[in-house]
Amino acid sequence: MLLTVRDVEKSFTTADGNQPVLRGVSFDLEAGRTLALTGESGSGKSTLLHLVAGLDAPDGGQIVVDGADIAKLDDPGRAALRRGTVGLIFQQFNLIPSLDVAANLTFHARLAGRPVPEIGPLADRLGLTDHLSRYPEQLSGGQQQRVAIGRTLAARPKLVLADEPTGNLDEATGDAMMALMHDMVAETGASLLMVTHSDRLAAMLDARLHLRSGQVDMPQAAPRTGTAGA
Amino acid sequence: MTRAAFQALWSHWRRHPIQLLTLVIGLALATGLWIGVQAINAQARASYDQAAAALGQDSLPRITGPLTLTDFARARRAGLAVTPIVDDRLPRSRLRLLGIDPFTAPGGSPGTPDLSGAGDLTGFLTGDLIFVSPDVVDALPPGLPPARILPDLAPGIVLADIATAQAILGSEAISHLLVTGAAPVDLATVLPGTVLEAPVAGTDVSRLTDSFHLNLTAFGLLAFAVGLFIVHAAIGLAFEQRRPLFRTLRALGLSSGRLTGLLAAELVALTILGGTLGIILGYLVAAALLPGVAATLGGLYGAQVAGGLSLSPLWWLTGFAMAGAGLALAGGQSLWQLARLPVLAPAMPRAWARARSAAIRRQGLGGLALLVVAAAFGALGQGLLAGFACLGALLIGAALLLPPILTAVLDVGARMAKGPIAQWIWADTRQQVPGLSLALMALLLALAANIGVGTMVGSFRTTFTGWLDQRLASELYLTAADEAEAASLLADLEGRVTAILPIVSAEVTLQGAPADLFGVADHATYRDNWPLLEAVPDLWERLAAGEGALVNEQAARRSDLWPGSTVDLGPAGAYPVLGVYSDYGNPRGQAILGLPAFDAAFPQTPRLRFALRLPQDQVTAVQDDLAARFDLPPERLVNQAQIKAFSLSVFEQTFAVTAALNILTLGVAAFALWASLTTLAGMRLPQIAPVWALGLTRRRLALADPGRALALAGATAILAVPVGIALAWVLLAVVNVQAFGWRLPLLPDPSGWIWLGLWALIAAGLAAALPAWRLWRLPPAQLVKVFAHER
Repeated sequence: MLLTVRDVEKSFTTADGNQPVLRGVSFDLEAGRTLALTGESGSGKSTLLHLVAGLDAPDGGQIVVDGADIAKLDDPGRAALRRGTVGLIFQQFNLIPSLDVAANLTFHARLAGRPVPEIGPLADRLGLTDHLSRYPEQLSGGQQQRVAIGRTLAARPKLVLADEPTGNLDEATGDAMMALMHDMVAETGASLLMVTHSDRLAAMLDARLHLRSGQVDMPQAAPRTGTAGA
Repeated sequence: MTRAAFQALWSHWRRHPIQLLTLVIGLALATGLWIGVQAINAQARASYDQAAAALGQDSLPRITGPLTLTDFARARRAGLAVTPIVDDRLPRSRLRLLGIDPFTAPGGSPGTPDLSGAGDLTGFLTGDLIFVSPDVVDALPPGLPPARILPDLAPGIVLADIATAQAILGSEAISHLLVTGAAPVDLATVLPGTVLEAPVAGTDVSRLTDSFHLNLTAFGLLAFAVGLFIVHAAIGLAFEQRRPLFRTLRALGLSSGRLTGLLAAELVALTILGGTLGIILGYLVAAALLPGVAATLGGLYGAQVAGGLSLSPLWWLTGFAMAGAGLALAGGQSLWQLARLPVLAPAMPRAWARARSAAIRRQGLGGLALLVVAAAFGALGQGLLAGFACLGALLIGAALLLPPILTAVLDVGARMAKGPIAQWIWADTRQQVPGLSLALMALLLALAANIGVGTMVGSFRTTFTGWLDQRLASELYLTAADEAEAASLLADLEGRVTAILPIVSAEVTLQGAPADLFGVADHATYRDNWPLLEAVPDLWERLAAGEGALVNEQAARRSDLWPGSTVDLGPAGAYPVLGVYSDYGNPRGQAILGLPAFDAAFPQTPRLRFALRLPQDQVTAVQDDLAARFDLPPERLVNQAQIKAFSLSVFEQTFAVTAALNILTLGVAAFALWASLTTLAGMRLPQIAPVWALGLTRRRLALADPGRALALAGATAILAVPVGIALAWVLLAVVNVQAFGWRLPLLPDPSGWIWLGLWALIAAGLAAALPAWRLWRLPPAQLVKVFAHER
């Protein structure tokens, strides 16, 4: 199992006191499978994704990514996990503004110590050949998201975590992005855990996990429940 | 609505107290240092004016030349309305001794004593009463008659009857005769060898000290500019961060005019706050520096400045005006942009920094243009103002060029970087340059000023020390009270010294201007040591033969008198110029003739002063023996080492204030850097978070921050070296020549630069430490918020 999530709990302290965000969430994701994470705003989808990425630590429960228990990893250990095992794609793209497109595309792979893919074919595939020397702010949203997808997949992570990757794009561009991401994930053999509001996009993946008020909403998770590839 | 909008605008400062603090401190520092320097200058100038006005000396013509009371009597008998004045330094002190004749002195002018009290006139005439200014009561040397305070007497003055003053000085000479009535028609007949000088605007002292005060003003202006950089950066950021609020307020119905008005009112409130703090700071700075300045001016120019400082209403007004002008300058651009802002203009706090990178290119071109202007002023300009214009253009041009140069260097670094982290650090540092540019420019100015002024002072010190060794080659300097005592002393010294060199001098005119003429004996002391800048072959033989004269550098530069030209020495005649010698610290023109030629021109001049050559190991014994047997006061038998020590102490004091201002300016620049780094740290989270998310630890990211600040400060320090050297060159070759009349060689001090560079690095490291520590300790949840918040 590439990803195991067991009874994960997380709460945040706000002005109104302690607010639970995740309440005992459990699911599994097998290598090479794709899983959509859906739910209302505030249901805890992004928080769960951040916990799986090792960006934050759960208050309780267990998250095991590729054999590593995130709760037992220290800060450098979680950083190493993000470098080597996990790839992140954000709704706002979160490219590195100080680097040009070419440097952004290869950045994660070089950081992870992986062989750097040839930039020409990769850029060609992403439709970025004419934009390699540009900076993120000089690109459209769709172009930026293509760089983000290319950056992640060039690093060949075992687990791709995407947080509403098409949320800022129009439907046509979003569909194109989705297809590109889907194809590239399939080619690299990575697993994909994607947060989305869109039923249409969720239906493109192997399975769906619906969250409601911080818990897995079992009825809506049918027919393929919270386990992708089980 | 206005009140609600104002509250909303002010809420920004409640949530960003450090930003508010930075702004207010920046404004207070800028205003305070400027006001402090101006207060010192104002206090000094008031003292000069008061001193110049004593006994109406600033408004009356005077007769100068070799004069005694006999000449005064002759002038009075010839019907001239004149009054004699003795004006000299009080022995064993730095006070000024004024001797007057109470019967002929002009009444009603400041510093005229009231002698109407019982016994006052008699006491004054018999030397039992003198008058002093309030500040010198505790500084009077022992042995003076009883002193009474005269409140309106200028600082540092001791006023005595002319006979009393002559007795104190041990001389029968008078300094000049003030003409209180009609100008004499036939002066040459009545008092041959004297010159009538018209009263001129400003005093000798105020003219002499002008360049010193100009220096202080330049430093004050520099500190003001550096402080304004802080204010500009803080205001620009605050405006940018509040753009969403502006947009909302506009969308809710607040007109553009009213919003602009509210923000202008906010600037006024900040002006009052920063201005008040600045005035208090300025007062403290002035109070702390004034004693040093007073000592410097006293030591260097003999100018007395009152040590007390008064806080005048003009100060308050000036302080607020400067704070307001500074804020208007720093915030005007933001207000202008706001007034033209479309209602739905997007907020771009991150783009703000990058948007400025486009302006950096234009800025670079402007900087280059200013350097060309500086070079033109340096090469072609005439006068002190051209010198300072050259300085200003050089400093501003270099500061404007700094960001483009740094950007280009970092760009090359990013291209050459091997690993992804190194590449990111180079690129990220380059991206930070626009946000840090104002602080780095401030640092460049402060460092360049330090290097430039430090090089000037170092060059001055080295040259001055060497010059002292040359000029003061004799072991002892002796002054006799009269010719009889001189004869006794010389007879006594026969066989005990290797040479006795008479020092004779007379006041003359040099190309029409008052000057001193000396006569020197033909001796190896002068041949081997005299600090010549230019000389004809066989100079000393020709001088001894009366075939020409030497002139000092000041006179040479002022009147273009170089070997080959002829100098007109008034009553002494005209001579070919044989050579030019350096004569630091002397504002007047000076010339030297061989002793026979001098004696021929001034046969009446008594030989009272002598330079004595003797083996070094016998100096103390001879000095002690002569002093004991002839009852010579210390000032009449001076050891060469004592003169050098005194001269060097005066020199060191002269630049103590400059050093203090240097450190203050550097401190302001360090604060600017800290403020910018702290502010940017808050803005940089969206840039750092993706890198962290991709697998770099917070520790590593945090460690990169001080490294980045050190690299930028180091690069700035390296660039400051050529700017500082250029500044030193302008100071030494342009400003000094215009202000003092002499030129000094530029002697670089690389070890000083290295120390300064280290201090800059320490300052940058300290400035970056807190933001880096915060980043290191930043909870991951805060970084995650970057991704969550942007949804």
